[in-house]
Amino acid sequence: GENTDPQRIAFLLRKQWTLYSVTPLYRFSNAHLRNYSRLLSAFIAAERQKGWAVEVGVELDIKVAVSSLPDLKGSDQDHAAILVEVRTSQKTSEEKLIWSGWFCSVCGDDFFENMPEDFTCLPLFLTNGAESYTAIVGSWFQKTFDCCFHRLAISPLNLSWMAAMWTGCKVDKTASAMELIFSVPGLLQPLDISYAIHPEDAKALWDTVQKTPGEITQEEVDIFMDCLYSHFHRHFKIRLSAAKLVKVSTAIASAHCDGIIKVSLGPEIGVLAVVWTGRLLCPLAETQA
Amino acid sequence: AGISRIFGKVPLSLSQACLVGSDEGLQQKLAEAVLREKKSFRINIRIATSLPLPSEGDHLRPRIDLIAFMIDIKSKYSLRNVEASLAYVDASFFLGKVCFLVTGVGRLNCCSVEMSAIWKLREVYSSPVLFCELELEGIRVATAQRLLRMLEICAGLIPGVSALYFGSLMSRSANY
Repeated sequence: GENTDPQRIAFLLRKQWTLYSVTPLYRFSNAHLRNYSRLLSAFIAAERQKGWAVEVGVELDIKVAVSSLPDLKGSDQDHAAILVEVRTSQKTSEEKLIWSGWFCSVCGDDFFENMPEDFTCLPLFLTNGAESYTAIVGSWFQKTFDCCFHRLAISPLNLSWMAAMWTGCKVDKTASAMELIFSVPGLLQPLDISYAIHPEDAKALWDTVQKTPGEITQEEVDIFMDCLYSHFHRHFKIRLSAAKLVKVSTAIASAHCDGIIKVSLGPEIGVLAVVWTGRLLCPLAETQA
Repeated sequence: AGISRIFGKVPLSLSQACLVGSDEGLQQKLAEAVLREKKSFRINIRIATSLPLPSEGDHLRPRIDLIAFMIDIKSKYSLRNVEASLAYVDASFFLGKVCFLVTGVGRLNCCSVEMSAIWKLREVYSSPVLFCELELEGIRVATAQRLLRMLEICAGLIPGVSALYFGSLMSRSANY
């Protein structure tokens, strides 16, 4: 949304988020967020009683907060993002945020035509924090709302889109280089190739390729990437187009094929990056879930 | 180059297929699978990384009956290589003597080539696209059998069925 409160969105910046696709949630309601907080806290406490993830010698109180982020969505039709935060509170010290995860929907208007009632569509789930907490929170959501979580991978094709999208954003002169990391298949020992490009050069190239501001086509992404590949080939005689693109890193955000993203700049650019990434991955999330 | 003329060669009882693609290892395995199949006619399989074929030995080379272009959707380069090679194929080959073998679709998470590029090839060149995970032996054998049958037709060894007729059958069924 355009009227995003920067404070509310600050939580998503400069953190590494692991991506999951989620099937629609059955009978989820924004009116019961307080209840969900309570129930999830109790669930985590119960699991800890059973001996799960107990840190020896540490007595911790776990507090869960489930809240709604009304401005974080792609369009009016999308359901507002839902944020889950797990905090510890020790009697002697302050609360500490140890895990966070948020569901979001940035699918746009056409997506919801056939969605049956009683189902809430929040196909993207992003987590930051220990895997053990992700498993516990995920398991509670699965039991409570009859949904399924799957790790989301990002294909080289989608990573190329992200490289093009994020290069097109205006950044200041101190922006870091764009970096593309490739993994070379079929060798006895894995080989990674890192290709760093000056951000102004990358943007200049993208500007010559993109025809309509605000719109990106597959053809433009192909031309952009082909130019980068042939430049590399001219200098190093290596065909990057035969290797697998595994990570894209720009001043704005970075993404890894294992389904991990990090947004660095914000708030407006950061939110834009998330919405674009989400739009790219949401249809994907729908296919994979 | 050698491929550019079908009718300029003396027809022999040998039929010949040409596999064009950037993964030589996989091409080799597929060629071996085809040669292992039981067949009633002599075949020769030529492996090339790209077209045009080198022009030495042009006069000794029997005509090519079928060209199979191999594309791996995990490699953008394999698509570009095939696109560049297609420019060297005489138009008459596209009347049923060309097909595209596409591997890698089982691993969508590694895909570097968008599907629309594959559909475009099928449309522009009016040639069938076969999806086959050639790394799996079972599928390799099945694909080898299909190629063998296509080669038999393209070499004119099945009475009443021409390459063009078969090609149009394949494209009609692909639309359903």
